Amino acid sequence: MESILQVDNLEVCFRTAHGEVPAVRGASFSVRPGEVLSIVGESGSGKSVTSLSLMGLLPESARAMGSVRFDDRDLLRLNGEEMRELRGNGISMIFQEPMTSLNPVFTVGFQLMEPLRIHRDQSKKEAYREAVRLLEQVEIPEAKKRMEQFPHELSGGMRQRVMIAIALACRPKLLIADEPTTALDVTIQAQILDLIVDLKDRTGMGVILITHDMGVVAETADRVLVMYAGRVVEAAGVETLFHEPKHPYTQGLLQSVPNVDDSLYPLNSIPGYMPKPGEIQRGCPFHPRCREAVEKCRDHHPPSFAFGTEHVASCWLGEEEGEAHGGSSAG
Amino acid sequence: MAALIVRRLFQLVPLLLGVTFVVFISLHLAPGDPASIIGGPTATAEDVESIRQKLGLDDPLFTQYFRYLGDLFQGDLGYSYQSNQSVAEAIMLRFPNTFNLSVASMIVATLIGVGAGILSAIRQNSAVDTLSTIGALAGVSIPNFWLGSMLILIFSVYWQWFPAAGFTQPPWTWAGLRELILPAITLGTGSAALIARMTRSAVLEVIRQDYIRTARAKGVKEKSVILVHCMRNAMIPVITVIGLNFGFLLGGTIITEQVFAINGVGRLMVQAIAARDYPMVQGSVLLVATLFILVNLIVDILYAWIDPRIRYE
Repeated sequence: MESILQVDNLEVCFRTAHGEVPAVRGASFSVRPGEVLSIVGESGSGKSVTSLSLMGLLPESARAMGSVRFDDRDLLRLNGEEMRELRGNGISMIFQEPMTSLNPVFTVGFQLMEPLRIHRDQSKKEAYREAVRLLEQVEIPEAKKRMEQFPHELSGGMRQRVMIAIALACRPKLLIADEPTTALDVTIQAQILDLIVDLKDRTGMGVILITHDMGVVAETADRVLVMYAGRVVEAAGVETLFHEPKHPYTQGLLQSVPNVDDSLYPLNSIPGYMPKPGEIQRGCPFHPRCREAVEKCRDHHPPSFAFGTEHVASCWLGEEEGEAHGGSSAG
Repeated sequence: MAALIVRRLFQLVPLLLGVTFVVFISLHLAPGDPASIIGGPTATAEDVESIRQKLGLDDPLFTQYFRYLGDLFQGDLGYSYQSNQSVAEAIMLRFPNTFNLSVASMIVATLIGVGAGILSAIRQNSAVDTLSTIGALAGVSIPNFWLGSMLILIFSVYWQWFPAAGFTQPPWTWAGLRELILPAITLGTGSAALIARMTRSAVLEVIRQDYIRTARAKGVKEKSVILVHCMRNAMIPVITVIGLNFGFLLGGTIITEQVFAINGVGRLMVQAIAARDYPMVQGSVLLVATLFILVNLIVDILYAWIDPRIRYE
């Protein structure tokens, strides 16, 4: 199936007092309609920066290069106004903090009607009717009453539902969800994830789900990208990734998920820390923490190796088993 | 909302009682005797004593205070020792001038202050920001009387664009507006500077919030992001400063009225203090205090209107 988003060799740099610091290095991936692509990684791995660069919402000190194709256009080449017209319309985003993501001084109704008024040019009446329908769609009871309420009158889960309703108002082809459940109670987390998957199935939009929670990945993702220090280190279908992880970092991530069913299951953390953006890296960025690192890892950055269709990993251990897969990055 | 307003109006009563008491006591404790001022340099001790008796100044302080309060509750502010004119009349004659001057200054201060504040926040660390910072520093540092004199020198005497003194026409006419401009700038500059600084920091604070990113992610135009999503939140601290300054302006018109020879409450107050004209001073201070409290009540109502979270607390 044709992908709706095609990212090639995305690089994002931040200008800082210490010169240019790369936050994303050569990330390539695609999203197809109706699929959930999950991007996982630790804080600082570049997953949020990647998503903000797709939205054109990077801070002014950042510069994005490469190509991001969406709807036959390269988003990195659009001007500010063209990008604004696309935001909340073709591509929408929901954020981690539902408690602070809604404007406290406007009603839910105003904030929900806003994208409809901007992008669909709807009258107040049309937008109102559509907004009530959207609230019902995200399973908010008493939708009409909610329209007049302010964010502080709603619970965290409700607010995240409102955020989802806002994001879906103009039926985007792509929804970017940046850790949408991290700030919520566990029971609410599952509801919100179910809702996102359900809405995706109904509308056929593509979803990029950013998370550091492997449990969330297992439940929702179709395909997974693992990011480390600004690079995509492994990409695979969710089944493959969980059963045959190739990159030692992915293996480490999977082993560090607690297993509640087996009390004897050892919980392994990955020793060391991820290099900070801008730290000079030689060879594979993961090698100082890697149990299986060999001499080669210290000096040479590993290219991507392919293992069958749709599974690539950027690790020298795969050199013999995998096929060289252009570029130095997986995806 | 209505309950809030009623509650605040009731709070007015003890506050104003306090104001009358403090003003009354401090006036009587201050040196200077109205009776001897009225009698003039040639009056004998008996003359002064009889004036004192006539004015009731020989009664114990508390008797005088409660007599004053009693009159006040009947809406009687008393009569001027100097001119025998009714205090209420004297004030009402001059109050419109002071009010027009304060309101005009506040409009000038708000327009310049909020505008410069927003500009310097969204262009943080740019030339515009530096310029506005320097301007604000100059604005709070320049004394009123000097700024007023300079404006008169330049715009009235040298270029003759605006009249140099007095309010003679109603402010809604072109001529009246021209008379208002220089005094309003003189009085408003200090407040404009404070409002600009407060607006800048409030906007910088709000613009980093998650909901501003949400607004941008929805595709809201940058102009609306700033003027609607950001400003509605940033206005809360800014309105506090505007309200407080409006109160200070009402009381602080004295110098500007003096420089521009405007017949207002400020000048009336200065003359009354010099003449130890107790009823006139008490009446003017009471008016300014009432207005100050009312303006702050309006600020509180505006808070509740801007920020829904306050309404329910």
